[in-house]
Amino acid sequence: MTTFVTHTAILTARQLRAATRIPVFLVMNLIQPVIWLLLFGQLFKAVVEIPGFGAGGSYLEFLTPGIIMMMALFGSAWAGTVYIQDMDRGVMDRFLTSPTSRGALMVSTILYQGVLAVVQALVVLGIAWLSGARFHGGLTGILVLLLAVVLLTAVFSAFSNAIALLARQQTALIGISQLISFPLMFLSSAIMNTKLSPEWVRNVARFNPFEWAVVAGRQALSAVPDWAAIWANLGLLAALTVVMAWLATLAFRGYQRST
Amino acid sequence: MAQTTTGPALEAGQLIKTYPGGRGKKPIRALDGLSFTAETGTVFGLLGPNGAGKSTTVKILATLARADSGSATVAGIDVARHPDRARRAIGFVAQKQVSDPMDTGRENLVLAGQLQGMRTGDAKIRAVELLERFSLTEAANRLVKTYSGGMARKLDVAIGLMHRPSVLFLDEPTTGLDPEARAEMWAEIERMARLEQMTVLLTTHYLDEADRLASSLAIVDHGRVVAHGTPEELKNQLRGDAVIIELSTETDVAAAQRAVSRVESLREIGMDGHTLRARADIATVALPLALAALEDASLRVLSATVARPSLDDVYLRHTGRTFARAQENTELQGSNR
Ligand SMILES: Nc1ncnc2c1ncn2[C@@H]1O[C@H](COP(=O)(O)OP(=O)(O)OP(=O)(O)O)[C@@H](O)[C@H]1O
Repeated sequence: MTTFVTHTAILTARQLRAATRIPVFLVMNLIQPVIWLLLFGQLFKAVVEIPGFGAGGSYLEFLTPGIIMMMALFGSAWAGTVYIQDMDRGVMDRFLTSPTSRGALMVSTILYQGVLAVVQALVVLGIAWLSGARFHGGLTGILVLLLAVVLLTAVFSAFSNAIALLARQQTALIGISQLISFPLMFLSSAIMNTKLSPEWVRNVARFNPFEWAVVAGRQALSAVPDWAAIWANLGLLAALTVVMAWLATLAFRGYQRST
Repeated sequence: MAQTTTGPALEAGQLIKTYPGGRGKKPIRALDGLSFTAETGTVFGLLGPNGAGKSTTVKILATLARADSGSATVAGIDVARHPDRARRAIGFVAQKQVSDPMDTGRENLVLAGQLQGMRTGDAKIRAVELLERFSLTEAANRLVKTYSGGMARKLDVAIGLMHRPSVLFLDEPTTGLDPEARAEMWAEIERMARLEQMTVLLTTHYLDEADRLASSLAIVDHGRVVAHGTPEELKNQLRGDAVIIELSTETDVAAAQRAVSRVESLREIGMDGHTLRARADIATVALPLALAALEDASLRVLSATVARPSLDDVYLRHTGRTFARAQENTELQGSNR
C-alpha cells in the first residue's frame, strides 16, 4: 500500500513536470476552454428564451458547467497519450519489468489528468464570472463541481488508458475516444436542456456518465441545489471510476500478452 | 546487491513463443525451443540476425512477455511464478530508449531508483555516482531529449544499474551508435562486468561485439540456439585457420585449384572468383607449401593471408549462410513488420 502511494506520487510528479516543460501545451489547454465558452455562449445566447427551456438564469450560467464537463471529457480522451509515448519508447517496458505498481501507473495518469481538468474548470469559471455569470451555489457548489470534474476525468482517463494499452497507437486511441465522447456529449444536457429533446434522448441520457457529471455540477452551482440528485450522480460516478480503473489496470496484462 | 545464487544466473529451457500473425497471416513462431544457461558473473551474448528471437528471449526472462511453454529462471527465480521477485533482481535496458526525454538525466535515475524501492536520499547518491561513471555529470541537469544517441544510451544503462541488480539485460546496446560511442559503450560494459559481481545478458547482431564482450555466447537463428560456447571454443570447432590467397585476374582458376589440392595439409579448398580459400590446422606451415605449388604451376599470386576463424565462419557453418546475407534477408522481410 505504501508502495502504491509512493509510486503514485512520484509518477504523477513526473507527468506534471513534463507538462510544465511544454509551455505550448499548457497555453493550449487554457485557451481551449475560453474558445468553447465564448463560441457557444454567443451562438446560443437566445436559446434560454425558447419556451420550456426554463433554466432560470442566463444561458451562460446554464452553459458553464456543461463546458467544464465537456473539457474534462475531451481532455481525458487524450489521457492514454502518455502511455502511448511511453510505449513508443522503452519507458513502459522498463516500468513493467521493475516492481513499479501497476495501480500507481494507472492512478498517476488519472490524477495528472484530474489536475489539468480542475485548472481548466477554474479558468472557465473565472471567465464566465467576468462575463457576468453568477454561481449561487457559492464555494461549496464549486468544490462539489470540481469533485464531479475529477470523477468524470477518472472514468474516461481510465478508459482511454485501457484503449492505449490494447491499441498501442495514437491514431486508434483518438479515433476510438472521439467515437465515444461526441455522442456522449450530444446525448446530455451539457449545451442544451434535454427538456427540449426527444424523449428517447432523455431516457438515454439517464445512463450517460457524462450526463451524471453535468447534472451534479449544474445542480451544485444553482441557487437551490437538489442534494439528493447530486449525491446520487456523484455516487454513480465514483462507482464507475472504481470499476473502470480496475478494468484498465487489467489491460496491462493484455499489453504484456501481445508483447 | 549482487546476490550469490547457486546454479546458473540465467536459464532458459525449451522456450516457445508464438505471436499471432495478424489478419489472414500465419502465426509467427518467434521462439522454437530455445535453451541456454549463463553462469553468474559473466557476460553472456545472444548473437543473431534481426528477427532471430533475441529480443523475445530477453522480454520473457525480464518478465515482460510470457512464453507459451518452457522455463525461464533469473538469479534462481522462476520468472513465470514469481515475477515480482524477479523484477527486483534485474535491470532491463530495452532495445528502445528507456529514459524519459522530458526529464533530466538525474531525474530519470532517481525515479528509477525510487520505483525499485530505494530511499530518495540513497537514490540521489547512487545517481551522482553513476552519472560520474558514465561521464554524464555535466549533462545531469539537462533534459534527455537534448542528449546525443550515445549519451542517451549510456543513461539507459545507468538506469538499469541504479538498484545494483544481479542480472542486467542489455538488448542491442550499441545499435545505431557511431563507432566512437560504440567503443565507449564496450569499454563501459567490460568494466561493469569486471567491477560488479553481475551477470549481463547482451544481445547483439554485431559479430565483433559478441567476440569482444561475451565470455560465453549462443548463436540464435529462427528461434533456436544453433551453437553455443565461448567465442574461442566456437571458433576452434572449425578446426584450423583460414588460408586466403588472391590470384591475379588472368589466372586459370581450375589450374590453381588443381595445383593447391596437391598440398595435403589444406582442406575445404574453394574458389570465390579469383580468391582461393582453404582451411589448415597450422596455416604457417601450409601457406608456404601452397605458394610453392602455385609457383610451380607458374600462377601469379597477388596476396596471401592467414586468418584465425571468425564468428562469421562459425555462423556460416551452423546456419549455412553468412551473417551479412542473413541480416539482409531479414531487413527485406522486416520492412513489412
Ligand atoms: N509484439 C510482436 N508481435 C508480433 N510479432 C513479433 C512481436 N515481437 C516480435 N515479433 C516477431 O518475432 C520474431 C522474433 O523477433 P525478435 O524481436 O525477438 O528478434 P530479434 O532477434 O530480437 O531481432 P531484432 O534485432 O530485430 O530485435 C520476428 O519475426 C518478429 O517479427
